[in-house]
Amino acid sequence: MKKLASIKANLPAVVMLMSIVALWELVCLTAKIPEYVLPAPSLIFIALWENIFLLLDHTKITLIAVLGGLALAILVAFILAMAMDRWKPLKQALYPVLVISQAVPIIALAPLMLIWFGVGLLPKVLIVALVCFFPLAVNLVEGFSQVDPEAIDLMQTMHADRWMIMRSVQLPFAMPYFFSGLKIAATYSVLGAIIGEWLGARAGLGIYMLRTMHSYRLSHLLAAIIVVIILSLIMFKLAELAGWLAMPWKRESNNQMEG
Amino acid sequence: MSSTDKLILENIYSTYYSGEQQLPVLNNISLNVGKGEFVSVLGPSGSGKSTILKIASGLLRPEWGRVLIDSKDITGKPQLVGYMPQQDLLFPWKTLKQNAALPLLAQRSSKKEAFTRVEELLPSFGLDGFSDYYPYQLSGGMRQRAALLRTMMIESGLMLLDEPFGALDALTREHLQDWLLEIWGRFKRSVLFVTHSIDEAIYLSDRIYVITERPGKIALEKTIELKRPRSKTVITTSLFSSYKQLLIDSLNIKSADYPGPDYQKES
Repeated sequence: MKKLASIKANLPAVVMLMSIVALWELVCLTAKIPEYVLPAPSLIFIALWENIFLLLDHTKITLIAVLGGLALAILVAFILAMAMDRWKPLKQALYPVLVISQAVPIIALAPLMLIWFGVGLLPKVLIVALVCFFPLAVNLVEGFSQVDPEAIDLMQTMHADRWMIMRSVQLPFAMPYFFSGLKIAATYSVLGAIIGEWLGARAGLGIYMLRTMHSYRLSHLLAAIIVVIILSLIMFKLAELAGWLAMPWKRESNNQMEG
Repeated sequence: MSSTDKLILENIYSTYYSGEQQLPVLNNISLNVGKGEFVSVLGPSGSGKSTILKIASGLLRPEWGRVLIDSKDITGKPQLVGYMPQQDLLFPWKTLKQNAALPLLAQRSSKKEAFTRVEELLPSFGLDGFSDYYPYQLSGGMRQRAALLRTMMIESGLMLLDEPFGALDALTREHLQDWLLEIWGRFKRSVLFVTHSIDEAIYLSDRIYVITERPGKIALEKTIELKRPRSKTVITTSLFSSYKQLLIDSLNIKSADYPGPDYQKES
């Protein structure tokens, strides 16, 4: 029943999307718009179909940068957020800097990464890590600071040490915060990797897009964009799945911890 | 005050600071809890009852005064005590078993050992078969019993209970009072129990301190000489009524304004 209801709820959006594609096809067909201006959806799907293995090869390269960068961002975010929670002066010194650094368009730093680290995998990983780090770190710090002080008091009357309080109270409490940050970071990560590749790389979806752009093969470019969209959606869903797996207590209730 | 006292509070003053504001909370509170004794602190909402427990556990340092546990000065030093705050504070990410085992794990028991001990006690807490349930799957009464089980797992002779039944409906509450007496009789812990219910205080306690509205000071200390084990029939005895009258008078509540056995929970 629930499934049926959700299909029903999504139906208007699906109909809308299909109408747009149909209209697009119709316009391209009747107005005879050339492919280098706007390819018809049918041409895009043919390009996608014919190049699927080539696209997957490039996707693999991009995906490595995405996953590597995301993993690095998660690791550093956890270490920094926990350190900031442990040593308040560190938080006072670092947190405002983190917030200000959000105003720096990280993408603008991408050329620097390339100058410093060349055109290999490393600069892409670093760019992805830079874009993903901020939402993760800020959400974690926020989560740690929102823990009910009564809960910490209670743990102290059990003579629990700091690490145990972190492990059994603060970390689980901050998990919903972390995973909402991860969902944002997961979508940013694909974008970060592609932009890194635009600036210089030997392979990857970004490179594929550049090549097709330079040769005005717009159907191929749009096919790559479709792959990028799918990849972003998969990353987002993976983040959601990870949250579902990591927080069994959230599965059947939407209740936050009260008080 | 003698060496048989588990807990002694001596001339405690406490003030709550919030920005520019100073709010005196406790005004010269002295009290003691003997070994194995059940002592209640009875007072209106906002009389600083919870603050007394915070100070007794060493979590909060008073402005003035001393706290002794087993004749040792522990003022402002968090102690290993069975402290149960007003909200049950069961962690939603832990199952009942994991929640209740926390104190043992904090004392570096192995997981296996801790879980075995929790499982052994589940039946007497009416929680048999619920060990793998998450808190949101339990009823209010069960959550309170689970929180009390966790408190009991703290290996300390002293329990500090902050209105453990405050949020429950009247029937569940009365049921849990009987059950608490039974548990207390079996485990022989010293208890300092905070409540705003007169009947609850009389029914459970060996001794009651009545404290006034903020700043809280002790208005009355009364030993309750009802025979143990007690059952709900004592509520109808004349001795019970006379205690009740005395406590109502000391709380400055006119009998006519007192709406019945359990006046409404404070928020």
